[in-house]
Amino acid sequence: MSSVLRPRRRKGAERPVGTPLPLWLPAGGALALILLPVLGLFARVDPARLPALLTSPAALSALRLSLRTAVLATGVSVLLGGPLAVVLARSRIPGKRLLRGAVLLPLVLPPVVGGLALLYLLGRTGPVGAVLEQWFGLTVPYTTTAVVLAQTFVAMPFLVVSLEGALRAAGTEHERMAATLGAGPWLTFRRVTLPMVLPALVSGLVLTFARALGEFGATITFAGSLRGTTRTLPLAVYTEAQADVDAAVAMSLLLVAIALLVIVVARPRAVG
Amino acid sequence: MTRARARGFPLAVLLTAALVASGCGAGTRTEGTTLTVLAAASLTESFREMGERFERAHPDVEVRFNFQGSALLAERIRQGAGGDVFASADRAMMNRVVRAGAVAERPRTFATNRLTVVVPPSNPAGVRALSDLAAEDVSVVVCAPRVPCGAATERVETVSGVRLNPVSEENDVKDVLHKVEVGEADAGLVYVTDAEAAGDKVRTVDFPASERVTNEYPLATLEAAEHPDTAEAFVEFVRGDRGRRILREYGFGTP
Repeated sequence: MSSVLRPRRRKGAERPVGTPLPLWLPAGGALALILLPVLGLFARVDPARLPALLTSPAALSALRLSLRTAVLATGVSVLLGGPLAVVLARSRIPGKRLLRGAVLLPLVLPPVVGGLALLYLLGRTGPVGAVLEQWFGLTVPYTTTAVVLAQTFVAMPFLVVSLEGALRAAGTEHERMAATLGAGPWLTFRRVTLPMVLPALVSGLVLTFARALGEFGATITFAGSLRGTTRTLPLAVYTEAQADVDAAVAMSLLLVAIALLVIVVARPRAVG
Repeated sequence: MTRARARGFPLAVLLTAALVASGCGAGTRTEGTTLTVLAAASLTESFREMGERFERAHPDVEVRFNFQGSALLAERIRQGAGGDVFASADRAMMNRVVRAGAVAERPRTFATNRLTVVVPPSNPAGVRALSDLAAEDVSVVVCAPRVPCGAATERVETVSGVRLNPVSEENDVKDVLHKVEVGEADAGLVYVTDAEAAGDKVRTVDFPASERVTNEYPLATLEAAEHPDTAEAFVEFVRGDRGRRILREYGFGTP
């Protein structure tokens, strides 16, 4: 699919341009900054204790909760953020530039601020939370739903941005063509638009899932921290770091492993 | 595809710029001695005043504080993060630092603290005693058992026989207080000193068992201290008459 869109490199057609020497040193520094801390994490591991730490009830419950909530958050992001990307890319509504900027807000905002904002809106004393509690007897904070909401808040922009960018880059030519051939808007969307942006959608999904999985600040401020209900892996790492560093390191390795898996599985097809 | 990629570029630049800018505030230093004190979160208010008074008595010294959970601070010290003085909210965390050989002297107890129940001013759940917190429909927030105030909470449960069923276990006593202050919890267990500092933003429900569970706060100068003499002077100041008076003002007990 993506090979159609990508300009094909003709062999021997051009001479490779050399990389300027002064770039090598800072480039090496950048790589070191990314890789050395992760390697340092591995160096801290006590191999004898690792299996027990990875299968401890605290680690397993956090892992299960993390995977479940991150999948849900990714699903919500697609259901809500996908259509938003289409609207932003295709419709002609006033103030679209502003809306586009607003979508970036959770990316730029510190997650703790997002968590506080969610708490003050959906908490028991918040304008929406008070209504939910009084009319429906629903409390959002301290629930797994709160975790999913916090993750969606911080992660959905990744999906919207990558999908919207792809939609705009693809243009509307093919869609107009389909329309002249008699296809209705829905058929055009399914058979033309969607396949065209599928690679961007997949990469957006992967980024959204990864960001949701790593969410910490918004979750701990909005949802709190309780094993099995709201304590996802990143929160468990933080809690364990207070007392048992080895356990915290083991859980961190779990997160690193999942991150690597995500990159290996998704990157060549979606982003690269 | 190329256009999509080009669009991502300004965002990357923006993010990098934000990262660089956020690091620029650090590193301003005045002439003279800068003393770094790592202190438990529950010491925030009292030690701020302690620092001001100490600076007034030693004009060439600037006291900088790092207030965080004792467990986190202890771990930082063990990892060699530096600092001149460590004031912990319980002995367990100080002992961890001692075992790592990171303190320069025998830690000395300078204050005691105990837990109390705090509720929002309107007391939505009608909490009157510790035993009310065991009810299903009362949302209680406590410290995680891993941190000093959480360890104290567990001891309160043992001593009083009341089983708590918290909706959240926070990593820091100030987080517990915040949840109660903004009305997101019906009750929380915090130190009496935190309740005191919160003023009329919370109401206190004292309980008898709290008298039997006291935390002892030790402090010590650190092996890594850059200014051992000034650090020792600060420790003496905290343990001296003026220091004890400040601590009592904020609700601490003094040995």
